[in-house]
Amino acid sequence: MAAWIERQKNVLDFTLSSLLRRKGKNLALLAVYTLLVFLMASVMLATSAIRKEAAAVLREAPEMVVQRTIAGRQNPIPLAYLDQIRDIAGVISADARHWGYYYDPVVGANYTLLVPREDVPEPGTVTIGPGVSSARLALAGDTLEFKAASGEILELVVAGVLDGDSELVAADLVLVAAEDLRTIFGPADGLATDLVVRVANPRELSTIAEKIAGRLPDTRIILREEMLRTYDAVFSWRGGILALLLFGVVLAFVIISWDKASGLSQEERREIGILKAVGWETSDVILMKFWEGAVVSLSAFLLGFVLAYVHVFFFSARLFAPVLKGWAVLYPQFRLVPFIDASQITALFFLTVVPYAVATIIPSWRASVTDPDAVMKGIR
Amino acid sequence: MTRRTRTFGLFLLGLLVLFGLTAAHAALSRRASAASLRARALLVRRLELTDLCLSTEANYTRHLSLADFHTAFQDHPLALEHFPSGSLLGPPPHLRRSHGRLD
Repeated sequence: MAAWIERQKNVLDFTLSSLLRRKGKNLALLAVYTLLVFLMASVMLATSAIRKEAAAVLREAPEMVVQRTIAGRQNPIPLAYLDQIRDIAGVISADARHWGYYYDPVVGANYTLLVPREDVPEPGTVTIGPGVSSARLALAGDTLEFKAASGEILELVVAGVLDGDSELVAADLVLVAAEDLRTIFGPADGLATDLVVRVANPRELSTIAEKIAGRLPDTRIILREEMLRTYDAVFSWRGGILALLLFGVVLAFVIISWDKASGLSQEERREIGILKAVGWETSDVILMKFWEGAVVSLSAFLLGFVLAYVHVFFFSARLFAPVLKGWAVLYPQFRLVPFIDASQITALFFLTVVPYAVATIIPSWRASVTDPDAVMKGIR
Repeated sequence: MTRRTRTFGLFLLGLLVLFGLTAAHAALSRRASAASLRARALLVRRLELTDLCLSTEANYTRHLSLADFHTAFQDHPLALEHFPSGSLLGPPPHLRRSHGRLD
């Protein structure tokens, strides 16, 4: 065993000196390889953390949301629909939600104005989300101006700011009283933005949804399961930006790996020939190339993964932030709860490390089974 | 063992320790944030929210699950997607599923 370890140490030592002889090329390879792992791991970590967060938080979301669509756009839904939904067996409750989007010309930010059904703010006051608070530099006691539908300015006093921990769900929220919402958006008597439905038995959800769709054909229904599944699709690979980012890095990686797989450089061939001439076995040469692949790929994998973890969970995935933020002014400064999925790490490992290891070993094996004299002369 | 091998060994060991620390950090953070996760879930229940606030740029990336078939077109049938967040956040799966097979 001791002899085996000693042999590995010696081969590793030789491999390291061989890698250092081609320092520039190998460092470039390590940098591209690390960048590839970093990008893939960042997407993977951010996606799984958002998915976990969504699963933990949105399990309390309404079981069903009913919206009315006219000419392809969501429209206010008549409150009269509530009775038709409540009549369906299995429905515990059906209630109206009053909410909408408000563009604040003062800072150029979009808010979500919402009338809560519990703890409704007093008329003339609002409770704001942490994102609104930082965008407007507003705290409890300050006044915010809203442009009413009539064109007048409505001044509302900030009664409170939602907890900073709620940023990921409530950054842009402005909770208002129903009468203030009507003043801002204009009176909409007998109408609501959409309806929320709770049912007695979750297994009956799809049956009840079908019944609602049958009774109210101008509506569309979104189930809680669908809200949860929505967050499986975030950071989609089909999204243009990610595809472009990855395309560049994968291409660079493929070129370098292809360079390795398609054959060795003259210098590397000569090195193998000399090693065989001085008594190295084919297995020794393959072992050396195995260590070469292992040194580069393990270093790149570990370095890329650790950097991705720091990027996603310590810097709130800053690389994606400019895209997520887009043209918006208000950007939630959320901190994702770290979640590491062992199966995803394993998949990432096999996707990045194995192809490179194979690409390194196969041409070396081909060179090492050839006659050393011919290899040194560059015949094959 | 030469200095070179020792240095590389230490480098790899350092990376492995950092890799292990990420797992430990994840486990500890999850435990520490259990209360704030519960508080967020309660807020979602109280306010009847449907989505996470990942972007406030466009209505269909603010409320991802409420996006509809027509968000891609926005204002007229040939309008191009002009919100960067739309290229990072995919459409909700229930929209795509509803399309069904066309062939």
